[in-house]
Order: sequence, then structure tokens, then C-alpha cells
Amino acid sequence: MSNQPNCENCPVHHKSNLVRLGIDMDKVDYVVALAGNPNTGKSTVFNNLTGLRQHTGNWPGKTVGRAEGAFSYENDRYKIVDLPGTYSLLSTSTDEEVARNFILFGRPDVTVIVADATRLERNLNLVLQILEITDRAILCLNLMDEAKRNHVEIDVRALSRELGIPVIPTSARKREGMPELVAMISDVASGKYVCKPHRQRNHTPQLRHAIGTLAKKLTDQYPGLPNADWVALRLIEGDQSIVEALQNGILEDLVENTTPMAV
Amino acid sequence: MKEQQKKNTEEILEMANHLKWDLGMGIHDKIVSSLYADAAQIARKTVSMDGDKPAFSLERKVDKVVTSRLLGFPIMFILLAVVFWVTISGANYPSGLLASLLVDTLHPILKNAADGVMPWWLSGVLVDGAYLAMAWVISVMLPPMAIFFPLFTLLEDLGYLPRVAFNMDSLFRKAGAHGKQALTMSMGFGCNAAGVIAARVIDSPRERLIAIITNNFSLCNGRWPTQILIATIFIGGMVSPFWAGIVSTGAVVGIAVLGIAFSLVVSWGLSKSVLKGEASTFSLELPPYRPPRIWQTLYTSLIDRTLFVLWRAVVFAIPAGIVIWLVSNITIDGVSLAEYFIDWSNPFAVVFGLNGVILLAYIIAIPANEIVIPTILMLTVLVTGMSGIGEGSGVMFELDSITSTEQILRAGGWTLLTGINLMLFSLLHNPCSTTIYTIYKETKSVKWTVVATLLPIVLGFMVCFFTAQLWYLFT
Repeated sequence: MSNQPNCENCPVHHKSNLVRLGIDMDKVDYVVALAGNPNTGKSTVFNNLTGLRQHTGNWPGKTVGRAEGAFSYENDRYKIVDLPGTYSLLSTSTDEEVARNFILFGRPDVTVIVADATRLERNLNLVLQILEITDRAILCLNLMDEAKRNHVEIDVRALSRELGIPVIPTSARKREGMPELVAMISDVASGKYVCKPHRQRNHTPQLRHAIGTLAKKLTDQYPGLPNADWVALRLIEGDQSIVEALQNGILEDLVENTTPMAV
Repeated sequence: MKEQQKKNTEEILEMANHLKWDLGMGIHDKIVSSLYADAAQIARKTVSMDGDKPAFSLERKVDKVVTSRLLGFPIMFILLAVVFWVTISGANYPSGLLASLLVDTLHPILKNAADGVMPWWLSGVLVDGAYLAMAWVISVMLPPMAIFFPLFTLLEDLGYLPRVAFNMDSLFRKAGAHGKQALTMSMGFGCNAAGVIAARVIDSPRERLIAIITNNFSLCNGRWPTQILIATIFIGGMVSPFWAGIVSTGAVVGIAVLGIAFSLVVSWGLSKSVLKGEASTFSLELPPYRPPRIWQTLYTSLIDRTLFVLWRAVVFAIPAGIVIWLVSNITIDGVSLAEYFIDWSNPFAVVFGLNGVILLAYIIAIPANEIVIPTILMLTVLVTGMSGIGEGSGVMFELDSITSTEQILRAGGWTLLTGINLMLFSLLHNPCSTTIYTIYKETKSVKWTVVATLLPIVLGFMVCFFTAQLWYLFT
């Protein structure tokens, strides 16, 4: 009956919808951050989405500063920011600060966390830290081909349930899983998929109380501050860059910038 | 209003501080370990391993060998030697082919066409100067780069570079520099400008400066041809033909290793004097070995690296070619500017075991190291007044066979000492102008740019002086 092949009608068929825009970043609708441990293939994912050719190489710390590019998908334009790879957001090397400040102050619409499927446990440390900061994240479980080669199996659905965010298995070097990733970025950005990210639960009662007290003080002062608990925890830990953000009024800007968006 | 805000901020900070004291020491560690516990728990629930992970244990075995105390460095040098050997032997034929096309065939055609429509001096500047410089750079540089960069990128893709950094880390730390300097140094073997940019991976400004200043001790791609040619003529020539190839490859690798040694010693000297400080720690992950994607690597290293570097070289070679033609053809009382300079600087140069031709060639070739050898040959022919070789004054050429190159150099009074010192000087002299400009862009400091430019050349003269005096003592 239909003279179109079935693939074309299926909603999973996204090939024609993705338009790589390179560095043409005018009038973007959404901002996507690309975070993750070093050497997990962030730049390869970035190149796949934007059509750019950021240099990729098998050594950690190769992306310096941050690279930006764009793509469009189903009439929406996305700017994508490739952050330097970090193992954590806790200590303060320049790389970690660049990554954290962008996720915290840049308020990306979606944060795609690229993780190495063959070393999931260590990668999860960073994933959990990012989930403390942002609500809208996707785990891009990359290097699935390597995982298969090394006989590592991952229960993707259980992982997604545990983390409370979508998990997309990919092999970016072979472009596998990229259409699914793009579709999910669009779903999370537009609010079609609502994340309920995992938050740390096993704090001691004293710590939980301390966080609660300070967070209340913070929200009294800055109504609408996103992730007040996290800011409170950082302040208790004496994180110097957050203290400075508070003193310089950057934290305030954060509230002001987000309120109109919420309305 | 402002006052009120400030007061509130102070209140919050005070409260945070208070809570921190209430919670006691080690709060940071507790938070981190609870985070890690969560991650471990999730991983346990979702990851399952099948069998006894054969691939991992193989990888670990390979790592044990390539990063072992005993074998780590020999394997590194052997890999280095293999890469050079493939580059040297593989580049020869395409280089000759390109040269015969661009220089032997196209140059006379262009020259005839130009002579028909423009005055002799203009066709000289454009065709004999600018065009030939460009043609030489392309035929001398393109083939080795097209072989070297993909090989290097393959090693990088495979995951060998972090192992090199791992091996070198303790050496660099002892020198007071950052372990990642091993990575930027390796990049410098391709191109010093690229190595200087790569130093951005080092956070501490002190260690980054050290990495930038010492990057020039990595023999860059533009200097390999000089090393290889001179090693073949003067060092390979000392032994029987059977051993010549191995001995000359050994000499080139020796110079490269000497460069690494200088890099370490100078880093040590800097970190004990003007750039004092402790080496900072960093964690370096040994990433898993990954099968490289051969075709993609070939494509990206050709487009992104080879053509990029080549374009830069061509842009700089064209004005240099014009200068060479001009200094050989502008004469005062029948003697060209080039000859004036050579005669004037020769007594000075001999003290360092070099000659005036080499000095002039290095001054002219500041924009691109790759044109040193053609310039030297051209200038030598000019001063010795040889006839029947080459194409006339101020025309850069390179001879088809190594034997005829040798004849010219020997006629110019070259000895084994000149050869050795040229190799040393090629390792230890100022960076090319692109690298100097890149250093300025990266450091934003005239002072450090000047240091990075002058330090190697001063060292070069010192080392050459030393070897020359030793030589004169024993001969």
C-alpha cells in the first residue's frame, strides 16, 4: 500500500532530522553540556552531533578549555558545549572548575554525561556529583563495543531506574546509539521526559540537619535558588569558589536568570 | 539594600562555618566516601562480568611490560626508531617524485613563461625565489609528514602516549616539571608549535612555562630531514655500506634522545632558578588500549595535521625564498650580500665547528626549518664557485643523489665535525618563527618569549664550541 519503506515512517528513524550545524550557533533554543570522565569519548560524541572535527585521541586531558558547536533536530536548534573531562567536581583544578561552573552557572538545558561502560563504577562517582547539581541529565553509556569485547554486561534499564535519568548505550566511534541520544536530548530539553535524579541519601542525621538549616537560610535569602541543598553542602565544606560566588553576587544572578524561565 | 545583602551574605557564611565546626573534622572525607559507596552500590546492581575478563588481564600484562623499569625505555626507543625508520625509508621515493615534478618539470616551464612577460628580476624573485621555496618545502615536507603524523596518531589512538608519559613522569618530576610535559614533548616531535599549544593541559603556570620553553628540544618534523641527510653522509659514510643504514638511524635517534636529555636538564635548571617551585601532583589514567580506526586516523591526520602544518610552512617559505634570491643576487662591487656575510662570519663560525654558510642559512630559514638544507647547498655552491651543478645563483635546489650532495659539501670544506655540529646545532637553535609567535600567544609575555627563543641558541653555541674544541684538541 504505502510506497515508502516502513523505516521512514517509524518515529525511531531520526537520521533525516538531525542537521549538523558545525559552529553556526545563532538563535539556539536549547543549550546542551557534554560532561564526563577524561577519555570516555566526549569529543567523539561532540563531533558526531555537530559534524565538527575536534581532535580526538586516546589520552586523558586532551580537550582544553571548552569547545562549542551546534546541531538542529526537529525544528529546534541546540548549542552543544564540550567540557573538559574530569574525575570529580569536588577539588579545584582548572578543568574541574570550568566544568562545574558551566553546569552550575551556565544552566544548560540538558547535561549529557558521557561514561565509559567498561569502567562504570568509577564513572558513576562523577555522574552522582553532577546529578547533585542539575535536574536534567542524560547518561550516555559510551564504549559499549569495548564493554562487549571485555565481557562486561550492563543492565541499562536498572541503571536508568537507579539514577533517575535516561541512559542511552552508545558506541560513538561507530556512531551507534547516536540517533537515540539525539532523540532523548530533545525529549529532556522540551520537558517531555522528566528526570528524577538520584540524590545522596546516606548522609548522617547531623549532616542532613545541617544541610537543611543552611538550605532554608539560603532559600529565604534567594527564593528560587536551584539546588539549594547542594550549595549548602558546598558552603559547609568550605568550597572557596562557591563562597566567592555568594560574595560577588553570582549566585544571585543565577536566581534572577532562572525565575523568568520558570514563569 | 546593598548593605543588607552584604549582611545577609555574611550571616550565611558564618552559619556555614559554624555548622562546619559542629560537624567536626573529616566532613569532606565522609561526604566523598558516602558518594563512592553509592556509586559502588549502583554499579554492583547493574554491572555483571562474564567469565574471568580475559581482555583486561591481557591489557594488564602488556602494561606491565611497556611500563616496566627494565623494558619501558628500550621499548620506547625502539618504537621511536621504527617510526623514524619507516618515515625515512618511506618518504624517499615520493619526495623524489614530487621534486622531479615540481622542480625539474614545472620550474623550467614556469620560468620560461615568466621570462616572456616580466623583467628578469621579477621572474627571479617570483619563480626562482618564491615558487622554488614553496616547491622544495612541499616535496621535502609532505611525504615525511604524511607518513609520520598518521603513525604518531595511530600510537596515540592505540593508547601508547599515556604510557610514555607514565614512564617519563618520575624523570620529569625529579626535574621539577609536570609529568604531563612528557605528552607535550611527544607532540613537539611532530611540531613545536603544536607542542607549545598542547602545554595548556598543564594547570600550574610555572610548570606550563617550563614545558613551553623546553619544547624546542623535541626535534620537530622540519628538522628531521636535516638530521637524516647529514647523518647519512657524514656518519653513515664512516662505516661499511652494510652498517650505514643502522648507524645513521642510530645517530638520529641519538640526537633525539639528547634532545630529551636537554629537555630534562633545562627543566631542572629552570625549576631550581627562575621558575622555582615544587612539581605538582596529578593523576594520569592509563586508558585501555583501543583498536585504532585506521582509515579515520589516516583521514583526520592528513587533513587536520599534515595539510595544516604544510600550509603554514608554505606561507612562511615563500618570503624566505624571495630573501634567498635577493641576498644572492644583490651585489656590491660584484660580490653578493650573501658572500659578504659568509666571509665576514666564517672566522667566528669556525670556532664553533660550523661555517658562515650554516649561520646564514639558519638566519634565512628562521621561518621554516625545512628549508635549511636547500639553502645551505645553494649558498655553498655560490661561495665555492662550482660550476655545472645546480641552477645558477640564488636558485634553491636539492640534488638527486646523496653522493652529489656530499661532493658539494666536501668541496665547501665540510668535515665530520661540521656534520656533527650541524646536527647538534639543528637540535639546539632558536625555534622557528611560527613557534616563537605561538609561544608569545600562549604566554602573553615578551620576556618569556625572548627566553624561549634565546636559551636554546645560546646552549647550541656552547655545545658546538665544546665539541669543536675537543675535536681540534685531538686532531
